[in-house]
Amino acid sequence: MKKSRIFIPIIASVLAVVTMNAQSAEERGLQIAKTAEKADEGFGSSIVELKMTLKNKNGQTSERFLTTRTLELTEDGDKSLIVFESPKDVKGTATLTFTHKVGADDQWLYLPSIKRVKRISSNNKSGPFVGSEFAYEDLSSQEVEKYGYKFLKEDGDLLVVEQDPVDPKSGYTRRVVTYNQSKGYRLEKIEFYDRKNALLKTLVYSDYKLYKNKFWRAATFNMVNHQSNKETLLKFGEYNFGAELADEDFTEVALKRAGS
Amino acid sequence: MHKKLLFWVALGLMATTVGFAQEKEKPKSVHELELEMEAEYRYFLDDAQFTGQLNHYPSFALRPDYSLEWNKGYESINFTGFFRLDRDDERTHWDIRELYYQKAKGNWELSFGLKKIYWGVAESNHLVDIINQTDAVETFDGEEKLGQPMAQFSYITNKLGTFEFYYLPYHRKRTFPGEKGRLRFGTVIDQDDLGYESGAEEWRQDFAVRWKHYFGIFDVGISHFYGNGREPLFVFDNQGNINAFYPVINQTGLDLQVTHDAFLWKLEAIYRNADAQDFTALVAGLEYTFSNIDGNGLDIGLLGEYLYDERDELSLNALQNDIFFGSRIAFNDVQDTSILIGGITDLESSSKIFSLEASRRFGSNWRAEVEARIFNEIDNTELILSNFREDSFLRFTISRFF
Repeated sequence: MKKSRIFIPIIASVLAVVTMNAQSAEERGLQIAKTAEKADEGFGSSIVELKMTLKNKNGQTSERFLTTRTLELTEDGDKSLIVFESPKDVKGTATLTFTHKVGADDQWLYLPSIKRVKRISSNNKSGPFVGSEFAYEDLSSQEVEKYGYKFLKEDGDLLVVEQDPVDPKSGYTRRVVTYNQSKGYRLEKIEFYDRKNALLKTLVYSDYKLYKNKFWRAATFNMVNHQSNKETLLKFGEYNFGAELADEDFTEVALKRAGS
Repeated sequence: MHKKLLFWVALGLMATTVGFAQEKEKPKSVHELELEMEAEYRYFLDDAQFTGQLNHYPSFALRPDYSLEWNKGYESINFTGFFRLDRDDERTHWDIRELYYQKAKGNWELSFGLKKIYWGVAESNHLVDIINQTDAVETFDGEEKLGQPMAQFSYITNKLGTFEFYYLPYHRKRTFPGEKGRLRFGTVIDQDDLGYESGAEEWRQDFAVRWKHYFGIFDVGISHFYGNGREPLFVFDNQGNINAFYPVINQTGLDLQVTHDAFLWKLEAIYRNADAQDFTALVAGLEYTFSNIDGNGLDIGLLGEYLYDERDELSLNALQNDIFFGSRIAFNDVQDTSILIGGITDLESSSKIFSLEASRRFGSNWRAEVEARIFNEIDNTELILSNFREDSFLRFTISRFF
């Protein structure tokens, strides 16, 4: 009995080596990311309102309301338009982002007080988005090409993959991403490791809802910063996949209209 | 009087469009009403240069904002009003900043009414921006504008960029400080005293076009304006008398920005042509941002711009051959704290202007701002700027948003 108990792990590891030869951890990681991307393909466009709650280490909170419009593109990265509804002194401030699979994203900022559109540098990936625990890179469209991959482990339905940002300007050395393969490869959790490879933040996705029998969208994102003990909670409203947005809804003209 | 007219035109327009909106069956409309109340205090550090001017200016302003959207946001009516009460009678004024109906469909957008348009890329001077008249009593930087009556049509193409056409049926005169006001000339200019070159006066029918596109890291805009100039032209005769009027101008503008890594390279250039005057002016510079330097979101941006104006000392903004340098500090904190410090120095004289603008939100509905403008060693030969040499000031504002 004892012998066989020793034997099983050995057989298992031999099998694992065999499968790894057939498919390396890098290949499997990439394959999972591609499968996840494929699973979410075809949503076309969406509009969603969200509430962002910032919590400092003493538990004091402050809120922001935003509306996000997204246009799916397959040959290049998605386009997005984010409008601030509150706080009231920045109401109407809006950003238009064209994500690119390779190279820097294009981004414009609309300042409603002087009606000005300003092209801004997308260089600042690691900086916080409006004082929150989300960095700009955490909220940009997650394109497969932006990371290198390494499959770490399988735990029931959960697949854990390490992702290394291609861009040296990223604030992370790596992210450890948990996919749920039985739920359309939706994301369950991301752990972010800073430039010194210390655990910086954990993002947990919850309150998932299945739209159009295909697209999983989490209604709650909770980002906890382990180093500063600050927290940011995103609560999403109902996703609208029926607006049939087009390229014209993601232009400078549309950016000004959205912020007015 | 003209304001009254403007008001009735705007009201009529609104009544028509609201009527139009109600014709649609069960429009799912969203409307929002907001109000900003602002308390302001301006303190001028030096004794006045001209009689009647004061040192302390407490002031109060209101900015109501209303919007009504329907047709999934593709149709809307937007209104922004403005009122200020100040010790300077001319700075006590009200305006309809915006009141327009807008409709967007596919690749076009149409607006009717009073609207504010901004063109350009530079920070220290806004040459290309010409659609709206400057509300010169409001701010020193000229970024506050009066509502401009217009019909605006934008046509978006995927490959050729966006084309915008403006029909501007009515000209608005620039505001000037009154006798009690600072930042004025020795002679008090009454805005109604300024005439027009055009026989049609403020009812001259003006036009503008603009093309805007982007190619990778390049953002380019080319514009042309034909009509009553927004800047009055000051002509001095041999006896030293001033004759000021709004000339009919043709102005072609170019604005270009190259966004490369953390660098923004900027250029604005204009060529303005009138019977009494033609000239070129440009502003060229760069902005570089060191982002997230402390790992907590602190951004420090460095700005440098060169300003040239062929009009030399006749240029109304006194920026004829100058260098602007500055720094923008953004903390990216919960309160959106930011600071902009800068200076403009004349390359041919000792004249310098230093400035500081800082703002921070308190709670979720309050915002405080501090502004300082310091006029330093202003050369007496500066035709325009020498009038302001005693006008260094501090400005504090607190706004409550409802």
